[in-house]
Amino acid sequence: MSADSEQRTIRCLIAKVGLDGHDRGAHVISRAFRDAGFEVIYSGLHRAPDEIIQATVQEDVDVLGISILSGAHNTLVPKVMAGLEEYGALDDTLVIVGGIIPEEDRPKLLEQGVDAIFGPGTPMQETIDFVKENAPERA
Amino acid sequence: MSRAVESDLVERLLDGEHRALARAITKIESQSPGYRDIVSELHAHTGDASVVGITGSPGAGKSTLVDKLAKYYRDQGETVGVIAVDPSSPYTGGAVLGDRIRMASNVGDMDVFFRSMSARGQLGGLSTATADAVKALDAFGKDRIIIETVGAGQNEVDVVKTADTVVVLVQPGSGDDVQMLKAGILEIGDLFVVNKADMEGASRTVAELQEMIHLRDDPRANLDTGHHGADAFDDESADAEASDAPDDPLVWTPQVLETVATTGEGIDELVETLDEHRDYLDASGELAEKARKRAGEEIRQLLRSDVNRLLEAELDRRGGVDEFAEAVVEKETDPYAVAEDVLEPFRECLDGRDD
Repeated sequence: MSADSEQRTIRCLIAKVGLDGHDRGAHVISRAFRDAGFEVIYSGLHRAPDEIIQATVQEDVDVLGISILSGAHNTLVPKVMAGLEEYGALDDTLVIVGGIIPEEDRPKLLEQGVDAIFGPGTPMQETIDFVKENAPERA
Repeated sequence: MSRAVESDLVERLLDGEHRALARAITKIESQSPGYRDIVSELHAHTGDASVVGITGSPGAGKSTLVDKLAKYYRDQGETVGVIAVDPSSPYTGGAVLGDRIRMASNVGDMDVFFRSMSARGQLGGLSTATADAVKALDAFGKDRIIIETVGAGQNEVDVVKTADTVVVLVQPGSGDDVQMLKAGILEIGDLFVVNKADMEGASRTVAELQEMIHLRDDPRANLDTGHHGADAFDDESADAEASDAPDDPLVWTPQVLETVATTGEGIDELVETLDEHRDYLDASGELAEKARKRAGEEIRQLLRSDVNRLLEAELDRRGGVDEFAEAVVEKETDPYAVAEDVLEPFRECLDGRDD
């Protein structure tokens, strides 16, 4: 329990991508993460993949949470993943996706580097625990 | 973590790799092992950027103004770094860092490096972390660096003081805010900006600020008047010129400007005035003086936190603070005696050093 590990704070970016205007879920998870002691950066609505990439790279977040309820995940998520790769941020960022993702689309997203997908009804604590356990080391 | 990894990180940062810059700031912010080596190595590469601090009460429009400033500098072909500091919860340590939302004019532009930082409840540590993060941006080669913070307490005031020029943002009709400013922040502003100047009451706020600035400068202002008053008998035109104060490059009178950050109105003038202040700092030698003061403060701050850590370790060695606290509550001893006791070995160590 050194002074160094005490300073360790998990940083998250909660992102809304594309034309999806439903942000209640993103707000709720932002707040839950904050109350769990995380530092949360909320992107705001209607962000382009480029903005999410820029924010993830610059803020050096441990976790990128993408909230999508519009059904455009097959288009938007790959763009974000490719951008993260380009800037060398893919390997050490935990990417989670929340929202409405049909079962048949999930394997493909996971293959592209998404670490977990949380659908409707996932208990908040489950997501928080997942992040705590899997947040990459920032040595 | 080995020394080589740090050197590699610094090298990649100096090479202009965004991810390396981001990681360096993470290490600085979390004080992870080796961060000191990084800052030490970066130090030699700093000193080229101009650093502006922007503070003001929540909702004054800081983030929006920063966005527009960054856009202006980008249009001139300069690169920009932004550090936005937000408060964190004293209970959970969690924070929602929301300043990034307003950076709408610089979407996807990697040459605006925007970084959110939270206060993380470290006493005095925030200003150290901010100053070090500024160094990282500076060494990276950013031409302009902007520090943005909510101006609420000593901590935040310390943060903006790491900037060369401090801008205090005020909203119109904020009589109470201005009262608050009187107590602390008024003294640190080189420039006051009444944002949302299209709102009712803006001109009144401007007038109030101007009045307060004159009050703050009163002692010197009185002397000046006396001086010029005597001159006036000899040369009236000289006096007329002298009353337009800012002509003298060696004296800076805080300026009050008006902006509408959402539309970009007044940004040109703000940039101009910022440059004027920079010229004044250069010409008067205050830039160098500020750098010296800052370096001194950094040394003190580092020493304080290091000694603090030594003391914490010593406390732990002796069974932790709780045991002492219990004894104090039970009236077996008192806080002064405990402090004296814990400090004893340190004092012994240093006592011999005079010889």
